[in-house]
Amino acid sequence: MKSPIRLERRLEQPKWLNWAIPVISLVAALILGAIVLFATGKNPWDVYFRIFERGFAGTRALSGSLKTATPLAFTGLCAAVAFRMGLINIGGEGQLYMGAVGAAGIGIALDGQPTGVVVIAMCLAGMLCGGLYAAIVGVLRAKFNTNEIITSLMLNYIAGIFLSYLIYNSTSYWRDPVSKNFPAGKPIAERAEWNFFEFAGVKIPLAFFIAIIAAIAVWVLYKRTRFGFEVGVIADSPKAARYAGIRTSSTIILVLALSGALAGLGGAADVGNFRQLLDGKGLQMSGYGYTGIVVAALARLNPISTVVVAVLIGGLTNAGFALQGPDFPSGLVGTLQGLILFTAVAGEILIKYRIKANRRVATAVAA
Amino acid sequence: MNSNIFIIIIASAIFYGTPLFFAALGGIFTERSGVLNLGVEGTMLLGGVSGAWASQHVGGSAWFTVLMSIVIGMIAGGITSALLAFLCVTLKTNQTVAGLAITIFAGAVGLSSYFANIWGVSKSPVPRQIRRLDVFGLADTPIVGPIIFNQTILTYVSWVLVVLATVYLFRTRFGLQLRAVGESPQTADAMGINVVKYRYVHTILGGALAGIGGVFYSLAIVPTWVDGMTKGAGWIAIALVIFGFWRPSLTLLGAYLFGALQSLGSTLKARGVNISGDILDALPFVMTIVVLVLVSSRFAHRKLGAPAALGVPYEREER
Repeated sequence: MKSPIRLERRLEQPKWLNWAIPVISLVAALILGAIVLFATGKNPWDVYFRIFERGFAGTRALSGSLKTATPLAFTGLCAAVAFRMGLINIGGEGQLYMGAVGAAGIGIALDGQPTGVVVIAMCLAGMLCGGLYAAIVGVLRAKFNTNEIITSLMLNYIAGIFLSYLIYNSTSYWRDPVSKNFPAGKPIAERAEWNFFEFAGVKIPLAFFIAIIAAIAVWVLYKRTRFGFEVGVIADSPKAARYAGIRTSSTIILVLALSGALAGLGGAADVGNFRQLLDGKGLQMSGYGYTGIVVAALARLNPISTVVVAVLIGGLTNAGFALQGPDFPSGLVGTLQGLILFTAVAGEILIKYRIKANRRVATAVAA
Repeated sequence: MNSNIFIIIIASAIFYGTPLFFAALGGIFTERSGVLNLGVEGTMLLGGVSGAWASQHVGGSAWFTVLMSIVIGMIAGGITSALLAFLCVTLKTNQTVAGLAITIFAGAVGLSSYFANIWGVSKSPVPRQIRRLDVFGLADTPIVGPIIFNQTILTYVSWVLVVLATVYLFRTRFGLQLRAVGESPQTADAMGINVVKYRYVHTILGGALAGIGGVFYSLAIVPTWVDGMTKGAGWIAIALVIFGFWRPSLTLLGAYLFGALQSLGSTLKARGVNISGDILDALPFVMTIVVLVLVSSRFAHRKLGAPAALGVPYEREER
């Protein structure tokens, strides 16, 4: 039996596909999601309308969505930076936790210092902790050729357990000593709280601007520097890179550390801009790291688009948090995110191939 | 005698290792065909929730209900990985990202949680469970009783499967052809083997086995549905395939090692041993990394059985 369609390799990749594919992927994911909803007795139109309403309609919804979008922009950049070199770092989740631990520690310690100093110190601490945590994956990959997918994922679980230890199972520096029966994180210094800027009624967190700066920096790094060029060569052909004298091992470690630093910055943003403390449970329930992979894939690993897509997915995620209840089953948003990742990865084939109908004539001639 | 702590640890290592083995055996079949399934965690969860639903809704004798729960869990796992096969084999997408997509789509905060929610699975405990049996009434025999004669039916099935899978992989024509597909799809294709069919069949088979692993969690280990209850077991199973060098017997041993690590916490706590629960919880994940580092040199990979075409989509035109 012959398949009705066949894939034909494209000789050149038209530019318009760069934006068309994410749009097509998103629409296709929503259609698939509608089928799931319809099959399980929900009204897809109604559900989507409410997601749109709570995620994007009005200044309050948009302010909330930007809050969710900010850590996603960082974890999206984390995934994009590593994936571009073919390193599948799915440890953004754990690297973000570690960044949050570092930033919260500094935020508590620098009580009484000027806001600017605290914000910068928190960012640096977040990047350092996230970066070092990811460097573990990098060193194991570079020195022992250990599969980075599994190690980075295992480190997520370990970081999650570490968070629980700090907040719930110990009297650590991060835990609020006042909270005995309901353990919680110690609030950071009041002056360490990050600002919001208001534009036309929409509150934009300071960290969102930092995400934009980070995205531009990543873009410049990958497009305009020697380091970025070398990363590209390694991604295309590790063998060629070695013959060209590129130090593959150190590049692997550096790229993973950078990737982790970006996720760590997301953790710092979560502490500084939103929760003002190390929230063990809240961080683990948000799953920013995993959603960041969806963001990066839909953005086709372009750092600038990653920020844009983060707002889109942030709106969806935020609506999911807001709507959760008896008539809006949990798990729906995760399902939609998974479907978006499906269609985004399937959409990539449209870049490489064109889909052609198999004509009968061809078989007749062959026979 | 049978309350000796080592006997308890070995017996529960086998109990907790059983779902890991099923998922890892599925991984062996899938990866031997050249497809990398990173969606095991999500596949297990969908299998687990479907099995829990079946246990609550399928009538008949207790045995029949449990059997149907397992079958329905297998079907759910099979369908989930058929989706992966469609993406990886037919559409030739990036296998790593496709697998991640399965885990996010089906996983702890995805479709498995959605189904649990709309079916009300987590509202009540699972009524009919997979229980430990007392085989030939020998469960109380010293030493071997708890270890060998007091396990669940799925554990005994898994022992049979180790033999069957080894024979299938290394002593039958199908197994030979499967390995050919995973090593060199071009050659296999030239030999007249249907690469696409082999990859589909073994990916779906792998998903069905992961589904059984999930059912074991929701019907034997916990046994109630909790969102995300496999807690990374699917990922450990993926690592187990590598530790077991893509061989069923070694993978069974690895599964029991990790079963021991997973059960250590509750065993020691029940004994009143004063040790941090967090350290014990983290142990399986730390050990996964350690063992992975030990086996992941290039030498180990090539000599000990990683399928050469693992993770590479097969395109006929290319040469």
